[in-house]
Amino acid sequence: MNEESEQKETGSITGIYREFEHWNVNKGDKTIHAKRMPGFFRTIKNYTQSLWLLFFLVPYLRWNGKQAILFDIEHRQFHFFNLTVLPQDIWMLSLLLLLLAMTLFAVTSVASRVWCGYFCFQTAWTDWFVWIEDKIEGNPPARRRLDAAPWGMEKIGKKAVKHFIWMAISLLTGISFSIWFVDAYDYWGKLLQLQLPLVGWVTLIAFFLGTYILAGLLREQVCMWMCPYARIQGVMTDSQTILPAYDYRRGEPRGKLHRKVDEGGGAQGDCIDCFQCVQVCPTGVDIRDGQQLGCITCGLCLDACDSIMDKVGKPRGLIRYASLDELEGKPVKKMYQHPRTLVYIGIILLALGGIIYGLTHLGSVTLKVIPERQPLFVRLSDGSIRNKYEFKVVNKTDKDFYVAVTAEGGVKDQVIIGAEKPLLARHSRGTSFTVFVKAPGENIRQEVTPIEFRIQSTDDPLVAAEYKTRFNGPKP
Amino acid sequence: MTDKHDVSDMPTTGHVWDDDLADLTNQPPRWWMLGLTASALFCVVYFLYYPSFPISTLGDHFRGLGGWTAIKEMEADKDEVDALRGKFEARLKDMTPAAILADDELSEYVRRSGKVLFGDNCAACHGQNGIGTHDKQGLFAPILNDDDWLFGGRIDDIHTSIVGGRQGMMTAHKEILSAAEIDTLANAIASSQPNSTPLFVEKGCSVCHGEDGKGMHVMGSANLTDKIWRFDGSVKGIADTIRYGVNSGDPQAHVAVMPNFKEAGKLSDAEIKKLAVYVYEFGGGEADAPAEAATMAPAPEAEN
Repeated sequence: MNEESEQKETGSITGIYREFEHWNVNKGDKTIHAKRMPGFFRTIKNYTQSLWLLFFLVPYLRWNGKQAILFDIEHRQFHFFNLTVLPQDIWMLSLLLLLLAMTLFAVTSVASRVWCGYFCFQTAWTDWFVWIEDKIEGNPPARRRLDAAPWGMEKIGKKAVKHFIWMAISLLTGISFSIWFVDAYDYWGKLLQLQLPLVGWVTLIAFFLGTYILAGLLREQVCMWMCPYARIQGVMTDSQTILPAYDYRRGEPRGKLHRKVDEGGGAQGDCIDCFQCVQVCPTGVDIRDGQQLGCITCGLCLDACDSIMDKVGKPRGLIRYASLDELEGKPVKKMYQHPRTLVYIGIILLALGGIIYGLTHLGSVTLKVIPERQPLFVRLSDGSIRNKYEFKVVNKTDKDFYVAVTAEGGVKDQVIIGAEKPLLARHSRGTSFTVFVKAPGENIRQEVTPIEFRIQSTDDPLVAAEYKTRFNGPKP
Repeated sequence: MTDKHDVSDMPTTGHVWDDDLADLTNQPPRWWMLGLTASALFCVVYFLYYPSFPISTLGDHFRGLGGWTAIKEMEADKDEVDALRGKFEARLKDMTPAAILADDELSEYVRRSGKVLFGDNCAACHGQNGIGTHDKQGLFAPILNDDDWLFGGRIDDIHTSIVGGRQGMMTAHKEILSAAEIDTLANAIASSQPNSTPLFVEKGCSVCHGEDGKGMHVMGSANLTDKIWRFDGSVKGIADTIRYGVNSGDPQAHVAVMPNFKEAGKLSDAEIKKLAVYVYEFGGGEADAPAEAATMAPAPEAEN
């Protein structure tokens, strides 16, 4: 009878409602006040999150009198120390994005959401904001009491100080973001004189509000309901992926700790149901329910559980980084037996190779020649044929130089007009010239004759570029 | 309408499909509701700010509280462009066309900004990029990007042509010359050797076209020795030109008139100067050779 009804339930739509009773859905109606505990993963997290200091500090770095790293959108250049990347080389950006995406996929497939737990700006900023909250309002029980307390001078004071510091950090975040795109010192000058351009104000306000709202008020709600990564991680992980997991075979059945061993009976597992793992969780999940959407794999519950295990004299690792296979007692495969990771690594290497090739073959000058199309050629009074070309020279160095123009191929006895003297190629931008080629009409053998132009810097013969194009003429 | 769902015991809207699939009345998250409300408020503000109701009442439409119009926006954008061009325009206002041409920055500015001016005023006859246009009689207006100029291809010549317009003149010779004479001349000219027949000088062609047949810029007479033809370059075409002339009043004559752009009043002085430079830069412009002129000019005085 019992079996029959259970069978009926599975596969039926109402099964969802049965499950629902066990779901702990965090709708954000209750603020999560997570306890902060020292430990191994806490330390790692502190270090990895502090990488974001680079975000605040690097823009102030100078190199040869200019900002060392600058995404100069206004002038369409990317400066990286001595290197200047112009839009012509932007294809490398797509490879870089591919590289980052694949790294994310590969790391996720090996060790789950490492990005979320240790590096993500949402995690980092939220962690700092909560740390500030902890310093001002006290530990989680004190904060809960404060939240429940009626509004009074003390509560207003504490809340005001907290929000003020949050806003200050948010403002600094907005400023720090902006100065990756414009000169940092110049930006501060304009900011202090309130003379930023409109786009500057909009960016600043957007990032100020974004930081304050996302890291201060929404916190883990962002991870749960806004971030797509949390939702698609399921396709990146599999049973070989290691993730913070509760060893249910060892822990269950859980139960309160009893002073005397025989009191609780021999059947009890190692989990003493102390809820420390839940209390320290920044997203408020119970890791003992298994892998779930809300878990950003920050490892803080591992620290909490280990400290409890130490106290009750049981071995550490009731909650530990483990794969599903390991938990279920299946043989754990080696890394090289994980073909998906190998594919990811292959793509990463390809993208990396492309970027290295691109960076080492940037060159210092490029040439593009556009033949005039209307008219294709002009017949001159002495019967010769003249073609007009637009030269586009991009000088990627940081110095102006002059280029000499020569041509190979083309028509016998042709003359290049308009480049008798070397032409000025201005630095870090494109320069265009008009150049004519005149050839005697009787020497033209075909309508289209291939011609290759070459420009060469007068300062350095190694700075040169070629371009193949055509010399148009009438039907011979 | 509120019912309890039979399995989950949650309140529902009362709608049930497929026996037990119900619509629960759970509230969406608060941030989501705030977002929805904010979006709705944005729409209201947007609709009030801009002219958003295309409904005519009392012969007028709702103009929006912000006073925005597309024309105003266009004018603001135009001011921006004018400000950018202003520094160049201010400089070239008081410069001669030759000086503009000699200035790299300004001539690049003209090369880039002259296209619209040329397209609006010149291209109808001379074609885009000066490639010329054709009608039944052949070339309707001269090609501007070659090196053959009726009235001279130096920058000042081009400028003069635009300012004052041009009108060449060639008499109809159908009554002056016999058919045989016209045929002989046409053949000689078609082979680019007008002097191969004594008729060229005897009949007075050289008065306008020069002893050597190379034409005179002063009168706009064509160079008959080169390979570029203002009108039809076939023997028959040349014979027709001799027979009926150019702008001669004969009903079959070629009509070739370049209007006076100064008098037409459509173009400013600065625009005419820009056009002269723009046309010069098609590639056919002839250099003034200032260095030579400078050394040549005082020479006769020294001799005296």
